[in-house]
Amino acid sequence: MSSQPGKIESSSLLQLTALRFRLFLREPEAVFWTFVFPILLAVGLGLAFRNRPADVLQVAATTPKLTAALAADRGLTATTLDAAAGAKALATGHIVLLAVATPTGISYEYDDTNPDARTARLLADRAVEGAAGQVARVAAENRLVHEVGSRYIDFVVPGLLGMNLMGPAIWGMGFAIVEARQKKLLKRMVASPMPKWQYLASFILSRLVMLAVEVGVFLGFAAVAFQVPFRGSLWELGLICLLASLSFSALGLLTASRAKTMEAANGLMNLVMLPMWILSGVFFSSSRFPAAIQPFVQALPLTAAIDALRGNMLQGLNLGQMWAPMAILLAWMVVPFAVSLRIFRWR
Amino acid sequence: MPDAMDKGSRNGSTLVLRNLRKTYADVVAVDGIDLEVAKGECFGLLGPNGAGKTTTIEICEGLTDPDAGGTVELLGLNWKAHAAELRQRIGLQLQETQFPEKATVEEMIGLFRSFFHKGIAVEESIRTAQLEEKRKSRVGGLSGGQKQRLAMACALVGDPELLFLDEPTTGLDPQARRHLWDLVDDLKKAGRTIILTTHYMDEAERLCDRVAIMDHGKIIALGTPAQLIASVGGEHIVEFALHGDSALNTGALLAIEGIGSHRVDAGLHQLSVSELHVAVPAIFAAIAAQGLTLSEFRTHSASLEDVFVGLTGRNLRDE
Repeated sequence: MSSQPGKIESSSLLQLTALRFRLFLREPEAVFWTFVFPILLAVGLGLAFRNRPADVLQVAATTPKLTAALAADRGLTATTLDAAAGAKALATGHIVLLAVATPTGISYEYDDTNPDARTARLLADRAVEGAAGQVARVAAENRLVHEVGSRYIDFVVPGLLGMNLMGPAIWGMGFAIVEARQKKLLKRMVASPMPKWQYLASFILSRLVMLAVEVGVFLGFAAVAFQVPFRGSLWELGLICLLASLSFSALGLLTASRAKTMEAANGLMNLVMLPMWILSGVFFSSSRFPAAIQPFVQALPLTAAIDALRGNMLQGLNLGQMWAPMAILLAWMVVPFAVSLRIFRWR
Repeated sequence: MPDAMDKGSRNGSTLVLRNLRKTYADVVAVDGIDLEVAKGECFGLLGPNGAGKTTTIEICEGLTDPDAGGTVELLGLNWKAHAAELRQRIGLQLQETQFPEKATVEEMIGLFRSFFHKGIAVEESIRTAQLEEKRKSRVGGLSGGQKQRLAMACALVGDPELLFLDEPTTGLDPQARRHLWDLVDDLKKAGRTIILTTHYMDEAERLCDRVAIMDHGKIIALGTPAQLIASVGGEHIVEFALHGDSALNTGALLAIEGIGSHRVDAGLHQLSVSELHVAVPAIFAAIAAQGLTLSEFRTHSASLEDVFVGLTGRNLRDE
């Protein structure tokens, strides 16, 4: 009557973890939010904030000679128009500046409240003086900065990664546990000989495996599509992701440790995550918030995670140089775990 | 029922409850229960909703702590000292467990199998619960009866010596109930000790060797279904109603040979009767002698329902 299944089959931790996986993969929405959404977001932001070439400004002049002088500047394209046509083009915004040749020199017509027009006025001056053979009084050199690593996409990718470490960890833990409690499955599980620690460990194990896939896919995409830099050690980057994911899992466990209904759990999770979405510097630097709330902002786990990710990816810092955010993450892992294990409601 | 209690202790009891109490805030859910269940017995806790059946069975299952002073002993062990061993040796099915909708039958049984050091093969458990055709189906696609049989399969997979079933057929349609009864019959034949709760009298009569009737946290009757039914004072129940607002002299009826008791509820008179063929003509005669006419008359075999009504004056399903 009794049978001895194989060792792998009989490992309850493995069975629990496998079940977590299967249930996750059978929820198309969860798969979308975890794997596809962050990539779509990165693509959208990459398109919106792509670096465009410097604008070439449209100007016009009343004589061909003046037109040629203006067109010699790379920042301007010039056409020849008579005074009346030029005035009309200026009024309708087709050109931002009209150079009228006068017996004594040049008269510029433009709107000085329009920054493009003021730029065109300065460029026109330079072009006309250059054409007249005048030398620049002060030798100056321009160095243009379009460097990889200082673009918005470089800034936002670690932010999105941090956000994506947080969401699935908290939701994945919170919803699944509270649903099991609400449906009395948790009670059924503790009524069986299942070791309780294995139930919680199965969540963390399945999260870590998915984490490897998620982070790999997202960063791989960011590297290929946007050439986002990876200046720090990849091992350390992995370690930061691991620590951040464990802290967020601990926080998810804490939000799920007492709640009896999905509504209560949802409210709690939003309460926990909303301040971090706003304050932790996903889309813009968290240093923009007033000094008075900075201690609070800096103590949030998502702020610490994103600081560490940016430090590693963009500045190439090592873990020793980022001990402060790492210590904050470590504290956010240990304290919520310890508290949740004490207050966890198994039925 | 002292003789029933003795039967338990002689065979070496599988479950012994002594002075079991459980109080929640101001509600006394279980109010001093003493009980012994023998090895191989199928024992029923019967009572209306709120009688304390589930609290009692969950204390036995180690899910709820009893108030101080009460003791629970299962298989000679107790929850304080031997929880891990007991979890390995008992099987249970709770009242309202919902397994994850997207998990399959096979996966859930395999999961529960992995918790037990020894037990039956997943295959065998699927076969016992007659879920062969549903093996790959997701829980969300199962009928109520199939879900209940899955819960049974998960309870059986550790090959338990003692099995707890909390209202196993509540909410099932009649066919699914009979199907589950057959399954419990098979388990009884295999010699397992089963403790089940139910508020269906017919279920208790059909399945249980012995029954404890519970009301307001107390056991108000204990014995085999036959003993309990005999305690009503007759094997049959006669029910009748009279035309008009007639006053009936019950003394004349109770004087009839073989009539055990009389009660009246909303104009419906009930008599417990041992021999119908003798008593019925006498009842007709007595009513006619009083110048009364019948508007209704029927008889049925006495059931545990009548035991409950006789003891509490209430119907089980009123609750």
